[in-house]
Amino acid sequence: MSSKKIRVLVAKPGLDGHDRGAKVVARALRDAGMEVIYTGLRQTPEMIVRAAIDEAVDVIGLSILSGAHNAIFPRVMELLNAEGVDDILVVAGGIIPEDDVPMLKEVGIAEVFGPGTPLQEIVDFIQSNVKK
Amino acid sequence: MVEEKDVSESLKEWDEKVVGKTLERFPERKKEFATISGIPVKRLYSPVDTADIDYNRDVGFPGAYPFTRGVQPTMYRGRFWTMRQYSGFATAKETNERFKFLLEQGQTGLSVAFDLPTQIGYDSDHPLAQGEVGKVGVAIDSLADMEVLFDSIPLDKVSTSMTINAPASVLLAMYIVVAEKQGVPMEKLRGTVQNDILKEYAARGTYIFPPQPSMRLTTDIFRFCSEKMPLWNTISISGYHLREAGSTAVQEVAFTIADGIAYVESAIKSGLDVDAFASRLSFFFGSHSDFLEEIAKFRAARRLWARIMKERFNAKSDRSTRMRFHTQTAGCTLTAQQPDNNIVRVTMQALQAVLGGTQSLHTNSRDEALSLPTEDSVQIALRTQQIIAYESGVGDTIDPLAGSYYIEYLTNEIERLATEYIKKIDSMGGAPAAIEQGYIQKEIHAAAYAFQRAVDSGERVVVGVNKFTVKEEQSMEYLRVNPQIEREQVERLMALKQDRDGAKVEATLKALKQCAEGTENLMPYIIDAVKAYATLGEICDVLRSVFGEYKAPDIL
Amino acid sequence: MSVEKLVEGILSGKRRELARLISLIEDEDAIASEVLSRLYKNTGHAKIIGVTGPPGSGKSTLVTRITTEYRKREQSVGIICVDPSSPFSGGALLGDRIRMQEHSLDDEVFVRSMGTRGHLGGLSRATSDAVRAVDAFGKDVILVETVGAGQSEVEVIEIAHTVIVTDVPGSGDDIQAIKAGIMEIADIFVVNKSDLPGADKKVTEINAMLDTDQKMGTWRPPVILTNGRTGEGITELVDMIEEHFAYLASSGQLEARGLRRSREELEQLMEYKLTRELLSTLRGRPEYENAIREIALRREDPYTVAERLITEFLVKCRE
Ligand SMILES: Nc1nc2c(ncn2[C@@H]2O[C@H](COP(=O)(O)OP(=O)(O)O)[C@@H](O)[C@H]2O)c(=O)[nH]1
Ligand SMILES: [Mg+2]
Repeated sequence: MSSKKIRVLVAKPGLDGHDRGAKVVARALRDAGMEVIYTGLRQTPEMIVRAAIDEAVDVIGLSILSGAHNAIFPRVMELLNAEGVDDILVVAGGIIPEDDVPMLKEVGIAEVFGPGTPLQEIVDFIQSNVKK
Repeated sequence: MVEEKDVSESLKEWDEKVVGKTLERFPERKKEFATISGIPVKRLYSPVDTADIDYNRDVGFPGAYPFTRGVQPTMYRGRFWTMRQYSGFATAKETNERFKFLLEQGQTGLSVAFDLPTQIGYDSDHPLAQGEVGKVGVAIDSLADMEVLFDSIPLDKVSTSMTINAPASVLLAMYIVVAEKQGVPMEKLRGTVQNDILKEYAARGTYIFPPQPSMRLTTDIFRFCSEKMPLWNTISISGYHLREAGSTAVQEVAFTIADGIAYVESAIKSGLDVDAFASRLSFFFGSHSDFLEEIAKFRAARRLWARIMKERFNAKSDRSTRMRFHTQTAGCTLTAQQPDNNIVRVTMQALQAVLGGTQSLHTNSRDEALSLPTEDSVQIALRTQQIIAYESGVGDTIDPLAGSYYIEYLTNEIERLATEYIKKIDSMGGAPAAIEQGYIQKEIHAAAYAFQRAVDSGERVVVGVNKFTVKEEQSMEYLRVNPQIEREQVERLMALKQDRDGAKVEATLKALKQCAEGTENLMPYIIDAVKAYATLGEICDVLRSVFGEYKAPDIL
Repeated sequence: MSVEKLVEGILSGKRRELARLISLIEDEDAIASEVLSRLYKNTGHAKIIGVTGPPGSGKSTLVTRITTEYRKREQSVGIICVDPSSPFSGGALLGDRIRMQEHSLDDEVFVRSMGTRGHLGGLSRATSDAVRAVDAFGKDVILVETVGAGQSEVEVIEIAHTVIVTDVPGSGDDIQAIKAGIMEIADIFVVNKSDLPGADKKVTEINAMLDTDQKMGTWRPPVILTNGRTGEGITELVDMIEEHFAYLASSGQLEARGLRRSREELEQLMEYKLTRELLSTLRGRPEYENAIREIALRREDPYTVAERLITEFLVKCRE
């Protein structure tokens, strides 16, 4: 019996306190059998990367609604790279205009889930793209 | 009402004979029907369902206790609701321009949105402010920005609502000083500060200080305004954000009123007489997508609040028992898919709010699920209100849906269910304790998750999202905040710190600190610091050093 | 990832390698035991403190505060927080980190969240191995937070030198719970949330309960009042932890515990390995499956069959 589990860090960078989406997704991932580590609000990129490393997560889910994604997401990726981390799948959600998505994908965000994405779609994406 | 005995017999007959036959051939769409909040909905409502209503006691008349039918005697026959679009983005200068545009378009009140650093008491140069400056609202670092924000807007003529909570005292102080410089004394100022910290802990997340000192800041505003600003609404007790976080209509009413109870208790405990401040309390609700449930919700909330103020707090004046509220159409119902459909949603929701007797209304713009609204979208949103007001005729008679069996039944039901929640919260020691224990958050999250599950399974239809979808390219124009703005704002802040009288800043901050350590009202000291051009961040840092910072229980 | 690289990484203080090893332990990967066996000689230096008590009593908050205090005393800290996994999905929501943000960028603090999962070897195995890994990593103090409710949590606590049991004012009924379950394991009682009414009463109640305890040894568990929000009582608590540790050392219990732990661990490991070995040779074999069927049909009985299979296994092993 293997008890291998997908571990996911659900993080809310930036200053907005709207965590409904993050928490709903966290529950859905748990109900899909994953271990979800929730960090709470107001996380800096440094804190997120440190938590991801200590917790040896397979996935980081970033949720942001404040519009600061273009400043924050690339910074998270930069810090991960600096730590030599290349085996963590990074996905994002929240209010992110379509125009910004190509740039975010370019820096390494694997997928951006807009408002109204079915939970199952997020679960499926993680299960089939996790890097292990 | 009518002789219900006869009705109940004929109802039974209708049910067995007429309906029964039809059902055999045409089953209904669903086995069970329920409102979006999960209240079961029957096929038909009749006098049987409203039999225990005593008209005078429970429904009454507009402008009179228990205010079920509205808070003013003439309602919209006298004056329409205040059309108040929440706006504010980027810099004070741009927001000032948008305000002038809105006033020209016929908007009747201003509503300021602040960016997140401002809401959390950080200046634009704080490390955590990076990427956030001017994003969800205007960045205000000091009185200098506030002067620009209201430049050539006569503050004796407009009413201004400020969505600001944790640092509400500071922004209110800035507003007072700007008015003073315009020659408008504070007793003439009309408007609202949101000032509702409990819902920040429960749902919205922009808190700074722990609950106790936060409640002190809140009641200091109550006291200050009760003496000096008779026209100012000292708080806007907000269910809107609880609803946006996923709560049901019943929870929205219950938790908002439970918060209200906590504020009233705290003010009374600080020595204020209930009738000295209660009439300046105002409320803020969302208008979600279940048309009739929402109308009933507004009516139920008004009646429940009135009863609580009278029965629990012994308010003597009717004015202290009347619930005035602002409404915003529900942002969480907007879809990023087929965004023009949002115009229709907003229309329905706005109509609900009007039929529910709101005092002011913000209609969301169709593109808000994607980004900040463009000028075009804001205009449509405002026109929506104007069409309801000037063309539909729904404001020509008061509370036109009263007496509908279903509406009256649902009003009762929502009041009953909300009362149960409030009892439960009381038994936990009131709203602050229930929030601390994570009870309110857990209830809201469970509802949010259940709702999302229902949407995912298709049990709840969201047009354009899980049914009637089309493949679409995103083609909307949307507004983007220039990243340059952050730098400019920081530069302005630097310049301000160079130019002002540093010794004066230091002296006022020191006095503020002493006051914070004691028990005196903080407002006058904050006003002094603001006048000396101490920044928002500096003022909040002083308070942080005395009060500490709140750590969320962050219940999962 | 090779055994070598993990061992080296952990011994040279690389947190990523430590984090990976803990994942391997959780996943019951065979590499984990290899690495742990290589690391074993480098362990035994850390002071291990268990914190247990009902949910919401402030364990995570206290762990954060205790960490702050130890950091002031220039000790490095490892934290392991164990939360229950969902019995339905096997997933878990782990939220203890939320409280530990003030240490989130401190290089001398390592925080790890674990779900209980449905572990074959029991939760205690994975947790105590994780603690061992952190010990080898060189942390001076290791704090283990578990929800105090069931038996498995009590087991975990056995690896700790000092066990803190937390409680809060109010609700008298939980005294019974404490009595029934975790009472015996407490070295220190903490009544947290001293700002709430009834705190002193709670202290009195626990003390009264301790007064009637017949089995108590020479260490009488002290009852300490704390406020997790403000940090009041934390210095005293950490002083008391140190005092308890000194007591263990001077009374010879530390050594005795070490021996007892080693014996238990060895025996547990053998039991676990043996069972696994035995079952892996049996499972799937037609005779074995057949025997099970016969037992179900009441044509054989499990006592005799077990006896027979074990004897056969042992005989085969001797050959
Ligand atoms: N009033 C009060 N609340 C506290 C105190 N210590 C912790 N809390 C709060 O209790 C809640 C639960 O704390 P947490 O550390 O997560 O408890 P755990 O579930 O036992 O780990 C949080 O909201 C804490 O802020 C205290 O001394 N007084
Ligand atoms: Mg905890």
